[in-house]
Amino acid sequence: MASAPTRLRRLYGAGPLHLLAVLASLALVAYTVSVLGFGELWDPDVWWQSILVWFLGAVLLHDLVLFPVYALADRLLGGILRGGSAPRRPASVPLVNHIRVPVLAVGLLFLLFLPGIIEQGGSSYVNATGQTQEPFLERWLILSGAIFVVSAVAFGVRRFRGGRIR
Amino acid sequence: MNDREGSQVSSPDDPVSPSYGFPARLWRGIDEHRPPGLDPTSWRSPLRGPWLTSVFAVVLLVTLPIVTITGLLSYVAYGTQARPEDVGWLHLPLFDWPTDPSWLFRLNQGLHVILGLVLIPIVLAKLWSVVPRLFTWPPARSVAQVLERLSLLMLVGGILFEIVTGVLNMQYDYVFGFSFYTAHYYGAWVFIAGFVAHVILKLPRMLASLRSRSFRSVLRTRLANTHPEPRDADGLVAVEPASPTVSRRGALALVGGGSLMVFALTAGQTIGGLTRPFAVLLPRGRDNGDGPNDFPINRTADAAGIDPDATGQEWRLTLSGGLEDVELDRASLLALPQHTAILPIACVEGWSTTQTWTGVRLRDLAGLAGVEAPGGADVTSLEQSGAFKESALNTGQVTDSDALLALRVNDTDLSLDHGFPARIIVPAMPGVLNTKWVTAISFRSA
Repeated sequence: MASAPTRLRRLYGAGPLHLLAVLASLALVAYTVSVLGFGELWDPDVWWQSILVWFLGAVLLHDLVLFPVYALADRLLGGILRGGSAPRRPASVPLVNHIRVPVLAVGLLFLLFLPGIIEQGGSSYVNATGQTQEPFLERWLILSGAIFVVSAVAFGVRRFRGGRIR
Repeated sequence: MNDREGSQVSSPDDPVSPSYGFPARLWRGIDEHRPPGLDPTSWRSPLRGPWLTSVFAVVLLVTLPIVTITGLLSYVAYGTQARPEDVGWLHLPLFDWPTDPSWLFRLNQGLHVILGLVLIPIVLAKLWSVVPRLFTWPPARSVAQVLERLSLLMLVGGILFEIVTGVLNMQYDYVFGFSFYTAHYYGAWVFIAGFVAHVILKLPRMLASLRSRSFRSVLRTRLANTHPEPRDADGLVAVEPASPTVSRRGALALVGGGSLMVFALTAGQTIGGLTRPFAVLLPRGRDNGDGPNDFPINRTADAAGIDPDATGQEWRLTLSGGLEDVELDRASLLALPQHTAILPIACVEGWSTTQTWTGVRLRDLAGLAGVEAPGGADVTSLEQSGAFKESALNTGQVTDSDALLALRVNDTDLSLDHGFPARIIVPAMPGVLNTKWVTAISFRSA
């Protein structure tokens, strides 16, 4: 006859520590929601301002929008750069990273500082600071331009040096 | 590399040797109905693999607890004014927040916010590194895997929710509509639940994966010598990897560089001084001018509904707690012994600024009110509305020799936006509890 852990493994699919860990985790979540109050998860007046919507929305937006968009963009970028009649040997200085890196940097800054850049939440911003969000779009654009320029210059320098060594 | 050897790895999770928990018919049925598009060969990154994932994981394992604990400490720092109220068992042991060192809250919030922001690129990289797991088919072969996926939803949902609400709050964008304090606090506990379970379940695999190759040798490996990791049971390593366009060290440098960039653009709001202008995209990196009152504010007098007339000649401070209330005008406060202290004021949003404050010691005012051994105080502001128009100070926050009712800052009268005619300034106290436009202080006896 199989021992208890073996039977658990066969029925449940993992060992007792696994079961304890996930049950404790879900119990803590259940307790947290009960202290908060189930009603607090949902705003019946404005559904999209519900805590539950933002919690699940954050996951869905990351997994089903942000990730597919950047993965697809990267694949397209790779396809475009490989396209044409270029030979299939890897370049000594891949151009792709000099596009990828600045795009990622600029994109990250856009996501992090979105409220200032698109001037969202203007009245609470003025109330808190006595200032407006007016300068942020311009600052982000300047910073973005600088990042692309630095990347392009770095590419030029690397390619120039690589060419001379060869 | 040993790709061929890797592909023979077999384990209960391995797609080539499916084994199902109870009820097996259900799990097999799901397995046999793979939706179109979920093809494991569509994952192409030659860098994904347990080692890379574990490098991101170990960084987060060390740093996320710091962000979490500083966040929970911040709740304790708010004392009886902590929001949300009544959190059951969901708090650290409560204690009277100290006033020494004066930079304690500044350090706590600076760490919480700056580290939290700096970790965003690493969190995103970690999620990228494990994303094939999200789309594996079947999604589960047993009850165990269903429950684990649920706890992963708490982990990923928790951290993304905390990032989104924190980042928006720091920029005063309340588009989410619900209470930031409530959502960010309970969201943290959901994250903690997911995080602890994940660490328990994955720690051995992380340690084993980290040992699978040497970090130093990765740092020495160029693009030309970069090969995929051996196939793994979790299916992180691509079945048909594309040829690499970036080395492993390059990918690590990219993520680390992202964190460094975020640090460079945010740390100035906490560190202040010469670094402040580098926070070009943050509210608290802005230039406030060169005058003595030109430092950041948390709430304008206008927004607080302060009637300028109520702060003029007719303004009186009422001290209570003794046998009889005492009323003082600003001139008589200025005639009392004045004390000057250089103190930081630090906001929960992570920004801080250090100024030279002058005013009357709170313990002297307690003495005037007839409370010789004060056990705390309740402060009332002229503010018409707002969560912090009243604040409660603990014993130390009244008796500390640098705890002041400030009348002046940097050798000049407080400006209206900084709380004229009088404001509280107490070392290490959360910024928003340093009530502005004070109209009454009620001292409690110890």
